[in-house]
Parts: sequence; structure tokens; C-alpha cells
Amino acid sequence: MDRRETLKSLLLGSLGAGVIASTGCATNPSSNRAITWTSLPESYSYGRTEIEKEYDEALFAETYFSEHELLTIAVLCDIILPSDHPNGGALDAGLPEFVEFMVKDRERYKLPVRGGIAWLDTYAIDEFGADFINISEQQRLQICDRIAYQDVDDPELQPGIRFFSFMRDLTLTGYYTTELGFRDLGYQGNTPNVWDGVPQHILDKHGMAYEEEWLEKCVDQSRRDITAEWDDDMNLIS
Amino acid sequence: MAQSLQQEEYDVIVVGSGAGGGMATNRLANAGLKVALVEAGAFYDPADEEQRTQLRYPWESPRRGASTRRRPFGDYNSCIGGWDLDGEPYTQGDNTDFRWWRARMLGGRTNHWGRISLRFGPLDFKRYDSDGLGDNWPIGYEDIKPYYDKLDKFVGVYGSNEGLYNDPDGYFLPAPKPRLHELYYIKGARSLGVPVYPMRKSVLTKRINDTRGVCFYCRQCSRACGVHADFSSSTVLVYPALEGGQVDLYTNHMVREVVTGADGRATGVAYINTEDGSQGELRGRTVVLAASACSTARILLNSKSSQHTDGLGNSSGHVGHYLHDSTGASRAAFLPDLMDREIYNEDGTTGGHVYTPWWLEGENLDFTRGYHLEIGGGMGMPSYGFGFAVNQYNQYLGERVGGYGNGLRDDIRRFYGSRLSIACRGESVPQFSNYCELDPSVVDKWGIPVLRFNYQWTEHEINQARHMQDTMEELLTAAGGILLGSKPGADRDYGLTKPGEIIHEVGTTRMGDNPNASVTNSFGQLHDASNVFVADAGTFVSQADKNPTWTIMALSWRTSDYIIEQMNQRNL
Repeated sequence: MDRRETLKSLLLGSLGAGVIASTGCATNPSSNRAITWTSLPESYSYGRTEIEKEYDEALFAETYFSEHELLTIAVLCDIILPSDHPNGGALDAGLPEFVEFMVKDRERYKLPVRGGIAWLDTYAIDEFGADFINISEQQRLQICDRIAYQDVDDPELQPGIRFFSFMRDLTLTGYYTTELGFRDLGYQGNTPNVWDGVPQHILDKHGMAYEEEWLEKCVDQSRRDITAEWDDDMNLIS
Repeated sequence: MAQSLQQEEYDVIVVGSGAGGGMATNRLANAGLKVALVEAGAFYDPADEEQRTQLRYPWESPRRGASTRRRPFGDYNSCIGGWDLDGEPYTQGDNTDFRWWRARMLGGRTNHWGRISLRFGPLDFKRYDSDGLGDNWPIGYEDIKPYYDKLDKFVGVYGSNEGLYNDPDGYFLPAPKPRLHELYYIKGARSLGVPVYPMRKSVLTKRINDTRGVCFYCRQCSRACGVHADFSSSTVLVYPALEGGQVDLYTNHMVREVVTGADGRATGVAYINTEDGSQGELRGRTVVLAASACSTARILLNSKSSQHTDGLGNSSGHVGHYLHDSTGASRAAFLPDLMDREIYNEDGTTGGHVYTPWWLEGENLDFTRGYHLEIGGGMGMPSYGFGFAVNQYNQYLGERVGGYGNGLRDDIRRFYGSRLSIACRGESVPQFSNYCELDPSVVDKWGIPVLRFNYQWTEHEINQARHMQDTMEELLTAAGGILLGSKPGADRDYGLTKPGEIIHEVGTTRMGDNPNASVTNSFGQLHDASNVFVADAGTFVSQADKNPTWTIMALSWRTSDYIIEQMNQRNL
């Protein structure tokens, strides 16, 4: 499968679904552009101390991004991981609110993200006459094609490449740490179980095998609930 | 919390509730002594739903488990503390960049340790005999072996008996089977003649008593176990001691100094209640300091009196000196053989299931003392950081790095669990010139003078780090890995960690038979005040390349037995 071709066709088919009413006049900044995303909880309960609770509450209450910045983040997240997929995309997983929270949580993220958005708008205005969210979808993807890859040497594009890479990191981490992302990955853990080694068919596939001598040192899970006893020579006998 | 009458005199006041303090409290209370356990941080119980982080999914945290200043090892790590505590600074001497981790909670740093439980071996107590550097311990393996034996059965540790001279056998629970990436490591290491054995960890793979549960393989000991199947001081030592009714627990009580009488002996401790800022004293026949190596040194140095003008226990001028931490270096590789994995539950117990102990004892190398290797990898639970640099390994496959769109989902699955990493932990050579002292002009928010650190690595540690880097490259390559990142050179001290960073700092109140060159005797009893003991890693003469917790507990148990015996003989 040619991955890049697949990429493009999926993207071109998807962006319209995420960005609603994108027919507004590109040069008119007052044109209303609606974009929707699944909201994240506004409070969390997971074993915090009082000081930590206060800190998180202050973060939730803080406004850092302008509406324009948040919309730009949303459009970027949607380009990076679109929603036209059975397991949903970035906007279904609560991006850009997750990005917003992380940027507020980590002071060192603030300037790179604000500056990155400003760079993107400047570049879009220079190239297409309007800021990033007010150019056409095709134009947006043209810009992304130029800044989404590490092997682009053009010095003028480096700030954009760096910013896009950071937004990709935040988008993927934000998505894959939700239920949608767990389903997409097929993650199997974080649940009580009795782990008894690598499944045999996977050992076989990798040409690996457990050695008898090693297995003799390992837990017999059928006896895990029998209280341990040893003889005087340090041998486990129960 | 317990607020008993200030007039009451305890048999023992234990300062600090981590591995050393928890063990002392448990053993002394078990012997019928009345104990005050004083902890600077708050009460903690991982079985309390309000405090539970175990088995939580990443989306239950707004930052998906990312680290914070208050939880540097991640939002779900159970340890409340860090490198940078509110209102409790420390300072650096010339050319020093020491990192000091402190916990502020019941159980101390046992809430976040890796559960790696390695006995020191016979050579580890007598390093001066083999390389002429530092000093021998005043005790040998035969003195501590009975306590390791008891500890294995009492606390529980999995591992395997291999008959290795300097990595002694024990009363082990059975080991968990290796994971897939660990099998690749074993194969690679064997091809180079480097041995690999089951890891040794304080995790219950089998029942040891009726009160603690058995491991259910979530890989989250660092979040503290609700069924107490891992060792932490609170769940295994302190709670059982509290049930006996012999212990008054004082949480949120920061000990400022040990109070001494006209005869120079301790009469108790002075504390600050960190909740309301009030000050007070507790009175006791004996004081056991187990606040952690550096905090104990700080308390001693702040305990100045007419009998102890340079601080309690410091007539030798050795308190704070010989501070040393483990060395560390790490490297990672991409294993193409582990691309496109079939996904199954591979959580297992916390961290690695296999390790390589030091295997070059007696070889002619340009450094002295060894290191062991810890192995990382596997299909861990996604948390903050997962998906970063999503397809960076494409550079090794001739494909473009970057992009956007649903194709990234394929990249995520393709590279999930394909990383193999090694972390080395080594022994450094203790130096008198590496030390902590009181900063003459800086106090914390309680007005207590803070510590200033002075620490430089020597050629031994730097050369050892170079050897670590060479070894890791060979092993990762032999396992089929493509090395990631660049190999750090001399300009970066070969990737050697900062002193303190491995959080194995020891040696500040070292034990010895000579009162002019040590702070305590071999039972942790101060040479200068017979009713004051140290039961943390401050008494270590040398650290070995082994993680210190198991030895802290064995020594604390030994000290506790000695206190009981001395009290029975009316010597205390």
C-alpha cells in the first residue's frame, strides 16, 4: 500500500466534516467559522492532594488562548488526526481542549504554541492572503504538506516544521490517552490478571522459546495462592 | 493524627517513616516498646479511594499522567515529593549540581522506588581490601546475612538462586517469566557472553501471609498497590505496627533537631507542625533518625549544643561527608524484529523481569567497582508522551518522517513496543570531599538552616560511564537493535547522571570502629551520644552497585535488635 496516497485521500475527504461552514469569505476575518469537538471534563478526581487540586482548578480557570488561537489549534488537530474513522479522530477525543490544558500546565509550551500559530498565520497571509483558518482547505493542506515532514531543508519553513511536529505530538498523545485511542491501538493492559508469559504462538512467530532451566525459576501460577515456605537451603517448597 | 501528651516519654522516637524508619518502628513496637513515629509529610494509604492512582486510565488525569513539579515521575506516581519542594530549598557549593529528591508522606521514598531488592555481597562490604579506595565496612556479609534472610521472608522478594558469590542467594519467591523484548535481550547478551538472570524485586508473585495480596500484574508498583502486593513502608511495616497500639504516629511533623541534655545524651526531638507552624518537643529515651541520609545529616548538624558544638554526632567532623550516589547511564534502540506486534497484555510486574548483575569482577579495567544492567521496553500503557515522534524510526526504513492524517494510526501500531532500553546503575567511590553541610545564610520556610551540597565525580565514575556506553551499544546491537540518539562523549561525561539523580544517596553518617573517622558504630549508634541511632542509608560506608533499600531495612532491623537488647540490659 502506498501510504502517502492513502493519507491524502483520507484527508481530503475528511476535513470538511470537521470544519463546518468553511465557505465564508476568506478575506473577511469576521466570517463565522464553526468547529465542534467533544468536550473534556472540567474537574477530575484521581488521588490529588489539596495543593494539587487547587493548582489544577486554577489551570482550568485560566484563559490563555484567544478564540482564534483555539480554533487554529482545532483545525490543526483535525488535519493531523481526522474524524472520518471508526475510532474517531482528534476532535472526538477532546482535542483541542487537551492541548489548551497542557500548554497552561507547562509554562515552557506557551510561547512555542502562540508563536507557532502566529507564524502559521503570517505564512498563510503571505501565500494565500488570509490567516490559516480563513484560507481554503486545499490551501491549508498545501501549507501542511510543506511543514509536516522533517526532511524539508527550506530554512524559511523551519519554524513551521517545528511547530507542526509539536502539534502532531500533542494531538497523538492527546488522542491515544483516551478511550478512543485505546480502542484504536488495541491496548490490552491496565487490568488485574495473572500474567504467565508471552503467548506461545507469539514466541513461535519470533523464533523464541522459554528454556526449561529458566522456567524452573518462574512462578507456577496455579500455586500463587499457596503461602510460600522454604527449606533451610533457600529452596521454595510450597 | 495522634496527639499524645507532650509530657509522655517514649521508649523510642523514630524520625522518618520510609524503609529505615518503618522497619525500626515495626520491630521496636513488636518488642513492646512505646514508639513515636514522626513523619514530615501527610498520611497516605493507597487503598483509600481518595488517594488511589493504581489502575486509573490516562484520561482520568487532565494531563494524562504527565509529570508535574510535585510529581516529577508522573501525575499517577504515588510519591508526593520531588526535586523542588515548596519552601524547602537546598543550595549548591562550587562546581556542584547535586539533585536531592525528598518525599513528604507516610512511607517516604518507598512509595516510588523500583522495588529492585539486591543483597550486598561479601565483596561489597570490603571494597578497600580489593582496590585500596575508601574504607571497609566494620561489618561483613556474615553479619547482615541473617537479617537479609529474615527480610526476604518477612517482606517478600522474587528472584532466583544462582550461586553467585557477590550476588548472594536468598529466600526468593518465584520470578515472573521474561517478556518478549527481554528474550531478545537475553539472546543478544548470551551471544556476547554476558549473563542474564531473573530480576529481584519486592513484589509478591506468591502469597506470603494472610494480610497481603498477591501481584495481579498491572506494572504499577510506582502508583502503590491497593492490595499491598508490593513493598512500601507504610503498607507493610507502619500499618501493622499501628494496629498493635504501641505506636503514636505524628504526620506533618518536621523534626528540626535532636534535643540533648546536660550529659550530652538525647532527651527528645524538637519539631514544627507543618499544618499550623507551631513548634513543640517530644521526649524519648532513645532517638532513631531515619529521615534519609541527607535529612538525617541536616538534623544532626542543626542539633548544636554546648556538648555538641559542631552538631550532634559530629565530633569527628564527618557528618555530611562521604555523601555518594549510584552512577547511572542509559541508552535505547529500535528493534525492527518487534515492529507490527500482535498486541496482548504485557504489563507484568513493575519494570524489568530480567537483569544483568556485574559480571567483570577482577577484570583489569580503567575504573574500579562495577555496575548492573536494568532492561526496559514492552507494550506499556499509553500515557502523556505516547505518540511523540510517532514515526521517527521511518528514517531507518527509508521512509519519510512526519506527515499527518489517518496513516499516523498505522505508524503508532507499527512501532508500538519496538523499543529496547538499558539503564546502568553503578558503584561510585566515596570521597570525603563530597559532602553536604549547613548553608550559613539560607533557611527554609520553617526557619531551619538548609543543606548546601559539594560534589564532583572522579575519574573512576567517568571511566565507568564510558564503559557503560560501550557495553550498552554492544548489547543493544547484539539484540538486533538500531541504536537511537548519539553516544555521549567525554564532553558530556559519557552520559553519566548528575550526583543525586539516581536517588541512592548514602554515606553521610557512615559507620566505623574509629570514632575519629566515622559517625556511628556498626549498629548505627552515634559515637557521641549513645541513645541516638541512625537507621537510614547515612550509615553506608560504600553503596555497592546494588539499590540500597534492602540493605537499609536489613541494617535497621539489626539496629532495632541491638536497641532492644541494650534496653533489656539497662544500657539505654
